Amino acid sequence: MSEQNNKSEYLVEVNDLKMYFPVKTGFMKTIPLKAVDGVSFTIKPGETLGLVGESGCGKTTVGRTLLRLYKPTGGEFRFNGELVTDKNITPLRKQMQMVFQDPYSSLNPRMTVEDIIGEPLDVHKLYSNRAERREKILHLMELVGLNAEHATRYAHEFSGGQRQRIGIARALAVDPKFIVCDEPVSALDVSIQAQVINMFEELQEKLGVAYLFIAHDLLVVHHISNRIAVMYLGRIVEIADADELNDHPIHPYTLSLLSAVPVPDPRTARKSQRIILEGDVPSPLRMPSGCPFRTRCRYATEQCANECPSLTDRGGGHMVACWNK
Amino acid sequence: MAQNFDIPAPTKNPMSLQLDPKKFEKATDEEKRQQDVMAESTTFFKDGMRRLMRNPLAIISIVLLLLVVATMVIAPAVVPYSYEQIITVNGKRDKRAANLKPFEYSQLEQQYMEETGEKLFPHIMGTDELCRDYFIRVVYGTRVSFIVGIFAALMVMIIGIIYGSISGYLGGKVDLIMMRIVDIIYSLPDLLIVILLAVVLKETLSQAKLGIFSKLGTNMMAMFIVFGVLYWVGMARLVRGQILTIKENEYVLAAKSIGAKNGRIIRRHILPNCISVIIISTAQQIPSAIFTESYLSFIGLGVQLPMPSLGSLANAARSGMQSYPWKLVFPAVMIVLIVLAMNLLGDAMRDAFDPKLKK
Repeated sequence: MSEQNNKSEYLVEVNDLKMYFPVKTGFMKTIPLKAVDGVSFTIKPGETLGLVGESGCGKTTVGRTLLRLYKPTGGEFRFNGELVTDKNITPLRKQMQMVFQDPYSSLNPRMTVEDIIGEPLDVHKLYSNRAERREKILHLMELVGLNAEHATRYAHEFSGGQRQRIGIARALAVDPKFIVCDEPVSALDVSIQAQVINMFEELQEKLGVAYLFIAHDLLVVHHISNRIAVMYLGRIVEIADADELNDHPIHPYTLSLLSAVPVPDPRTARKSQRIILEGDVPSPLRMPSGCPFRTRCRYATEQCANECPSLTDRGGGHMVACWNK
Repeated sequence: MAQNFDIPAPTKNPMSLQLDPKKFEKATDEEKRQQDVMAESTTFFKDGMRRLMRNPLAIISIVLLLLVVATMVIAPAVVPYSYEQIITVNGKRDKRAANLKPFEYSQLEQQYMEETGEKLFPHIMGTDELCRDYFIRVVYGTRVSFIVGIFAALMVMIIGIIYGSISGYLGGKVDLIMMRIVDIIYSLPDLLIVILLAVVLKETLSQAKLGIFSKLGTNMMAMFIVFGVLYWVGMARLVRGQILTIKENEYVLAAKSIGAKNGRIIRRHILPNCISVIIISTAQQIPSAIFTESYLSFIGLGVQLPMPSLGSLANAARSGMQSYPWKLVFPAVMIVLIVLAMNLLGDAMRDAFDPKLKK
């Protein structure tokens, strides 16, 4: 690690991250599925970056690749200025954690809550005796709003919201600086979603953690994020401050996404125009040439088919990847 | 709701909209706690045992097996004869006595009892052709069968778990090669290999120094090795299949993201979630091992004489089947009882513990 890299204002720096999965298409033939194709972003300490996009656009893969659950095909990821590789990932796991989407399958049904939350402590040997372990676990449970008497129970005895709290407590056990939240509320009821999201915000205030908040619900993301990145077919097409993106979207894909957000007031809803995209998302196995969005874009020109636009600054850190807007 | 007694009976018109403000008071902490109805926390094991105990067939099997085990443990201490001892009276052997019927005494024994007035221990199942007490021989045969069955099943379980979990967890090329080896072993004709191995190992083991194991006899050792070499493949396949499905669960991914090592993930997350299938399969392996031991002994490849086994007893009884049918009936009934009870218990355990069959 060179000197200047260690002094970085960013906690997370992702540069041109690529994750291709080999897909067998026939006998002895494999072609890459470009799940993530050149994604770059940064997150400051204590900041929340929202990552939105439709199903299959590679949001979850970005999160999992950051935590090295997949070995990235290309690109680099610096955490606190330090380049993350397979060799130094184990100690870094104490600073990076993940909250999973499905609170039902992400908790081992054969373990008690105490053991689930205590597992990171066991793995990283963060206690000297049983009493200290117990004390830490109870503190974590209190932090996420679980009763101490729940400690000896099994995950299947809890509701979805409570299970997600257990998952969050597990992520917080090692006192991380950065948590990847992989659609943590999309499996929950709306009323429970609000509780869990508010808890995420409170925890950020208390502990100063940074989030990469992956979701497909723009309202939720807008509520919790400082900045939002919009993904389409493995690429980030627009990234801006949350309010800026919401009020002045530039990329045609972001425009159509925002127009699909349900508006609570029916009078406003009637006035607003829904931009309906034509066609389906192209298969990531056969990506269109040039800009991946051009097949469904109403502004597409010949240039879009030939060259892929890169993110360019449109003022105030509002980055857009589009030739025409 | 003790507080309710303090509220005076309503004196006003029941239709009045005036409400009793006392009913809208905030609940005290104590009252709130009464609302937290906490169900008894049941573990997976308790839940399964409860369901097992509801199955009458399982209860009958358990009682039967307990009776057999109790007989195995108690009988050698109670019955004054040993399995290799030819019955004598005052050191004298009655040469004419052989193949006594159940509860029959030899002439010498009858004489002795008349002279002294003392009652000798009856031969519950008669004697064999050398006038050895048949009951104690059947008990010892059952012991051998039980030991072989349980050890063979345990060995199959251990080898199968280790092999299957490595293959299933690592996946890819490792899995491919390991499973082809299993396929090869699986395609070998079982009985032929068992006989070949038993013959070859008998020779090799009789020359090797085995220390404490020598007590078991070379035949028994050979039998364990045969089971260990041949019958683990089914278990390995089963475990691999289970692990392939379980490792896709998000909690395994969560453990990886925490930084848990592969060994820990297998031990703490994967195996506990397929342990029910493993235990059930092991329980079903025991009767099949007992059965294999019996037929190996029957064809003369089992335990060494004079140690009896249910199979070799049945084989010895074959020659006098018409004259002394009880000699064949007792060991045969014993095999049937044990195998049937174990099979029924195994099935009941599968019904009780397999989460897929849960209603």
